[in-house]
Amino acid sequence: MFEIRLEKLTKRFGNGLVAVDQADLEVGHGEVMCLLGPSGCGKTTMLRMVAGLEWATSGDIMIAGKRVNDLPARERNVAMAFQFYALYPSLSVEDNLAYPLHAENLSRAEIASRVARVSEALDLTAILKRRPHQLGEGEKQRVAVGRSIVRDPTCFLFDEPLSRLDIQLRQTMRTQIKEILAKLEKPTVIVTHDQIEALTMADRIAVMQKGKVEQVATPHELFSRPTNLFVASFIGTPQMNLLTATLADIGEPESNGSITARFAVLGETISALVDRGVAGLAKGSKVTLGIRPRSFEFVDRGTIDALHATVDLTEPMGAETLAHLIEQGADLRCVVQSNVAPATGDRVAVRCKAGQLHVFNESGNLVG
Amino acid sequence: MSKNRTHVIGKSGWRRTLGAAVVSAIYFFPVYYILMTAFKTRPDALAMPIKFLFTPTMDNFYSVFVRADIQGGGGTDSGFSHYFFNSLFIGGTSVTLALIMGTAAAYGFSRFPLRGNDTYLFIILTTRMLPPIIAIIPIFVLFRVFGLSGSYTGIIALYTAFNLPFSIWMAKSFFDDLDRDIEDAARMDGSSEWRVFRKICLPQVYGGLAATFVFAVILTWNEFLFALMLTGTETRTVPVAIARTIGGQVGVDWGLMSAIETLFIIPVVLVTFVLQNQLLRGVTFGTIRK
Repeated sequence: MFEIRLEKLTKRFGNGLVAVDQADLEVGHGEVMCLLGPSGCGKTTMLRMVAGLEWATSGDIMIAGKRVNDLPARERNVAMAFQFYALYPSLSVEDNLAYPLHAENLSRAEIASRVARVSEALDLTAILKRRPHQLGEGEKQRVAVGRSIVRDPTCFLFDEPLSRLDIQLRQTMRTQIKEILAKLEKPTVIVTHDQIEALTMADRIAVMQKGKVEQVATPHELFSRPTNLFVASFIGTPQMNLLTATLADIGEPESNGSITARFAVLGETISALVDRGVAGLAKGSKVTLGIRPRSFEFVDRGTIDALHATVDLTEPMGAETLAHLIEQGADLRCVVQSNVAPATGDRVAVRCKAGQLHVFNESGNLVG
Repeated sequence: MSKNRTHVIGKSGWRRTLGAAVVSAIYFFPVYYILMTAFKTRPDALAMPIKFLFTPTMDNFYSVFVRADIQGGGGTDSGFSHYFFNSLFIGGTSVTLALIMGTAAAYGFSRFPLRGNDTYLFIILTTRMLPPIIAIIPIFVLFRVFGLSGSYTGIIALYTAFNLPFSIWMAKSFFDDLDRDIEDAARMDGSSEWRVFRKICLPQVYGGLAATFVFAVILTWNEFLFALMLTGTETRTVPVAIARTIGGQVGVDWGLMSAIETLFIIPVVLVTFVLQNQLLRGVTFGTIRK
C-alpha cells in the first residue's frame, strides 16, 4: 500500500505559470523518495502541495489512503523541515522542539520526555536554552530536523535539507538523516537539486523537469536505464556523452534479448550489443547514442568498433582523470585511471564497454 | 547582526569624534538653555549677557504646581499636575489603542490582502497628508454636534485616529519583512491562524512596535492644535497649558516656562532611553536584522 499517492497533480499559479503538470507519484511505507530536478522544475511546489501550503489546481493528493486536498496544513499531520530551517526566532531550542507537541494536547511530562528523547538523539542537549540566532548552521539544521521528528506524523517532507551546510557538515548530516529516516520507517519526500544527495539518500528518485515527472526509479535504475535524454544528461557526473548517429544495420535478436546493431557515428561505423528495443527502429533512423564517461575504454588505434579522436584537454580528478576528446566538433568526455591518462594532442581510440551503450530514438526516449 | 561588523567606541579617530561632539553640542544647546533657565531666579533668567554661572533655585518647579497667593502667604493648585496627568493619560491611551488596532489591521493587510489592498493603504495614508489645520473646522463642528468637545472620549478618539495610519504602515512593514517559511512551519506544526499570529509573528515585531509606540507617543505628546481647539479645562493637555502661561501682566516668566518644559521633556527622554535598542531597529525598518 502506498502511503502518499499523487494523481494527475497540477498546480497553475495566478500568472498562468504551470509549476506542476499532471504529476503522478507514489511513495510507499517507509520509503524515501527524492524529488530531483533543476531549479524551477516544480519540485518544491509539489512538496508544498503535499504539505498543504499550496492548494492543488487539480488532481488528487492521498495520504494514508485519505484524500487531503481540502485539508489545511495543520490538519494533515505531516511534518516538514524547511530549506532555511524556519526556526521560531523568539523561542529557545527547547521551545522550538516542543512547539509541534502543543497542538496535540499532551501532558507537560510527555512533552518534556519527547523533547528530551529527540534532543539526545540529535545531540542538542547542550544548546536547549539557546535561541536560534545563537546557533551555527549545523545546529540549526539539527533543530529543524528535531522539530519535524518530535511528533508522530504520517509522513516527512524535507525541502533542500542540506543546501545551506558546508561540504563536510553536509556529508555528516546526510548520514545522520539517513539513519534517522531508517529508524522512523515513515514515507519521506526529500526535495533536492543535488544528485549526489538524492542518489545516496533515496530509495527511489523522481526526476522532474518543467513541472513533469520524467522518471521514477531506484538510483541504480536511473543511472543504468535513463528513460529519456533529459534524465540521461541530468544524472551522473561527468555528464553522459550524447552523440547523434544513424542506425546503419540491425542483426538478428539473440536469446538473451539483446541484439547487435551498427551505427554510423562521427564518420565511423561501430557495432554494439544493445537492447532489442532498437529492432523497432527502421534502418537509417536518426538516433542519439548515450555513453557514460566511465563506459569508455582506451584501445589500440585501428581496433574494431572504436572511435578515433584527439585529446583536447585533461582534467585531473585525483585517482581518475577526465579527458576531453574532440572529433568533428563533438566533445567526448572520458574518465580514465590517472596513471594511464593520455596527453593533450594525442590521437587516441576509445570503445564503449559491452552493454553500456544507450540508444535514444528521435523523440529522445530510450529504446535500447 | 553579522559577526564581522563590530563597533568599538573611539575607533573612529579624534577628528571625527570632535566633529560629532561639536554637532551634538549645537543640537543640544537649546535643551541645555531650557534646563539652565529652569533653575534660575527671575533676574538671572533675564540677565544679559547670559549667565552660565548662577545659584540654582528650585522655586520655578515649586511654582509650576502651586500658584502663589498674593493676599495670604499660601498658594493654590495651579492645575498643572492635572494637565500632566491628562497628557499622559490621553497620549498613552490613544497610542496604545492605535497600536493595537494598527497591528491587527497591518497583519490583515500584510497576510490576507484584499482586492485593491494598496489602494486602501494609500487612502489610509492620505488622512495624514492634509495639514491638520484643514481638518480642524469640520472636526470641531463634529465634536460640537456629538457633544465630544472637552471630553476625554473625544480627544482620545481623535488622537487614536490620528496615530492609526502611521501604526498601520509601520506595523505592516515589519510583518512584510518576516520570513513566511516560519509561519508555514508553524502551520505544519498544527497551529491555528490565531496562534501563528500570536505566538510566531507578534513576538518577532515587538521591537518594531515599541519603536512605533515611541514615535506616536512623541507626536501625540507634543500635539498642540487639536488639543487647543478640542479640550476643555478638565481635559487640557500640557502643550495648551504652557501656551496659556505665556503673557500676563508681568510679562513672560521664563524660569517658570523652562521648568514646565523640563518636566515636559522628561517622559519622552525616559521612554526613548528605555526603548532605544528597539528604536534603532524600528527606524531602520529591520534592515540591520539579518
